[in-house]
Amino acid sequence: MSVIVGTETRLCTSGITGREGTFHTLNNRRYGTNVVAGVTPGKGGQDVEGIPVFDTFAKAVDETGANTAMVFVPPPFAADSILEAADAGIETIITITEGIPAHDELRVFNHLQTRHPNTRLIGPNCPGVLSPGKANVGIIPAQFFKEGNVGVVSRSGTLTYQIGNELALRGFGNSSIVGIGGDPVPGSNFIDIVALFQDDPQTELIVLSGEIGGSAEEEAAQYIKDNVTKPVVGYIAGVTAPPGKTMGHAGAIVSGSSGSAAAKIEALEGCGVRVGRTPTEVSDIAVQILGS
Amino acid sequence: MDLLEYQGKQLFARHGIPVPTGKPAATVDEAVAAADEIGYPCVVKAQVLIGGRGKAGGIKVAQNTDEARTHADAILGMDIRGHIVHQVWIEEASDIKEEYYASVVFDRSASSTLMMLSKEGGVEIEEVAERNPSAIARLHVDPLLGFQGFHGRRLAFDAGLDADLIRPVGAILAQLYEAYVAEEAMLVEVNPLVVLGDRSVKALDAKVTLDGNALYRHPDNATLRNPGAEDAQEQMAKERGLTYVKLDGDIGILGNGAGLVMSTLDVVSLAGGKPANFLDAGGGSKAEAITSAVEVILSDPKVKAVLFNIFGGITRCDEVANGLVAAFHQINPQVPFVVRLDGTNDVEGRRIVAEANLPNVETATTMLEAAEKVVALAAGAPA
Repeated sequence: MSVIVGTETRLCTSGITGREGTFHTLNNRRYGTNVVAGVTPGKGGQDVEGIPVFDTFAKAVDETGANTAMVFVPPPFAADSILEAADAGIETIITITEGIPAHDELRVFNHLQTRHPNTRLIGPNCPGVLSPGKANVGIIPAQFFKEGNVGVVSRSGTLTYQIGNELALRGFGNSSIVGIGGDPVPGSNFIDIVALFQDDPQTELIVLSGEIGGSAEEEAAQYIKDNVTKPVVGYIAGVTAPPGKTMGHAGAIVSGSSGSAAAKIEALEGCGVRVGRTPTEVSDIAVQILGS
Repeated sequence: MDLLEYQGKQLFARHGIPVPTGKPAATVDEAVAAADEIGYPCVVKAQVLIGGRGKAGGIKVAQNTDEARTHADAILGMDIRGHIVHQVWIEEASDIKEEYYASVVFDRSASSTLMMLSKEGGVEIEEVAERNPSAIARLHVDPLLGFQGFHGRRLAFDAGLDADLIRPVGAILAQLYEAYVAEEAMLVEVNPLVVLGDRSVKALDAKVTLDGNALYRHPDNATLRNPGAEDAQEQMAKERGLTYVKLDGDIGILGNGAGLVMSTLDVVSLAGGKPANFLDAGGGSKAEAITSAVEVILSDPKVKAVLFNIFGGITRCDEVANGLVAAFHQINPQVPFVVRLDGTNDVEGRRIVAEANLPNVETATTMLEAAEKVVALAAGAPA
């Protein structure tokens, strides 16, 4: 097993005819992901190396049975594309686009929660989801990861690769690697993904990689204490970040005393989650828990 | 993007929120002319993006032209906790009877909008929250529904406002929410919201943070500039489309991806060093972007050594290596570099760096090793 994407995934890319959309969709197909369709308004009837392109998500779903969307369109059109995918009945929407206005995200999140409670949005501003050996949806460089028993959930892309690589060097593989993204209103938060890993038989250890800003890590800490029986190892980036400065990710900002790395580490450790001070220490702790 | 008080007040005025009459000024003569036009008494207020202006002497009442000149002269150029005052706001004096607090906040943890109202304004709201949390009325507004009349009444009654103020304050709350949505703000805060002698209500201060990602829909807001809010390096990086944050150490940092760069700063600090900056060269960094980034990092005279920490995903290590080599040819850096290349095309990237045989460039295979090397180099020791 794995979470979110796997052998049952039937992928439809929004923005498939754009440069990045084409490149990564084909990359995902090469990895073994079942890519069934793409959507670009006005280009219905064309194909991208054999992948049929449709004008609307509704048509793509009707004709191909797509169940997963990957959104690659530029920020001004991304919220619309997510809503269109949900309206067409797609239940997993993975949004890679960075730079979507926060108020768009707020409206999309609340609409999905109210009208499409079974739709899972991952991202925006995320690297996607990789289930090694099964499917890759997004931009995670799959060559560094193999199948295994560690589930990783992270707010950052490259940091996920760094941590995944440290684990790989110690011989660990992954059930799934989930990037939830660095924006202020992520479609899915740590709790959503940790809950999936808790129920996933392949996952024996969960790595949670957070960063400064917001309170998602603190909320996850309490959830883990109350609901999770599998071991969890944490990491928080931004211990030395100055308050009031946005550190690259729109959501990575310490506001006053809230959102600091110290508070997040304290919350996680207070709930029994061991926290590595460096990505290397995360893999050290994984070895202590699972054995090498 | 944070707005100065006067920019916030001008934004408020566009949305019908009552604010005292005022004018911005960048020179003493402009300030005096503005004060003469507005009339006396008036207030000379330093425009900087930091709290505690009053205590620092950045807000003064002028009774006449001479005082306006004296105050403007003292305040313009003043250093308020590291923020140089480049502009003042001249405003009519207000006959303040009460000081309240009102805000509309983009509440990330609730994925909703939080509104707050309190009769205890004029002080830091965090302080009120600590000392007397029940003094702050708060409620969430469903973003799909928007602000309704009952939201305003509930906040006003819960905050304990006098009966005659329920209606005017409710109206201002509705306008604040409207401004927050229309301008796509992350924060709209009025502290203090004042009740004047004639029982009218005005926003005496304005703290507005706009969403940088939405500025393409608000071209007027996008042109608002805050001279002095950014230092030379941050300005230069912004013009080049790089994500850069100035820090106060001496080790220049370049990485790809916000999380990895934050982690790099932490690991360098753990190794005993002090980072000079955060610089995310971004996903898919091309050679020119790397050269450009090196120029920005080295334009900070405090930098004694530079660390490249790259884990390639979309970013290809050979591109980064080519950028580094080009940077050396173009700007011939005088400080040592430590380069760690891992991930996509790492073997090729390392080969390019090795074959270029650059002076003062060390390589490292892991993030920890790279951090230790650069800390030693910055301290003047051989790595």
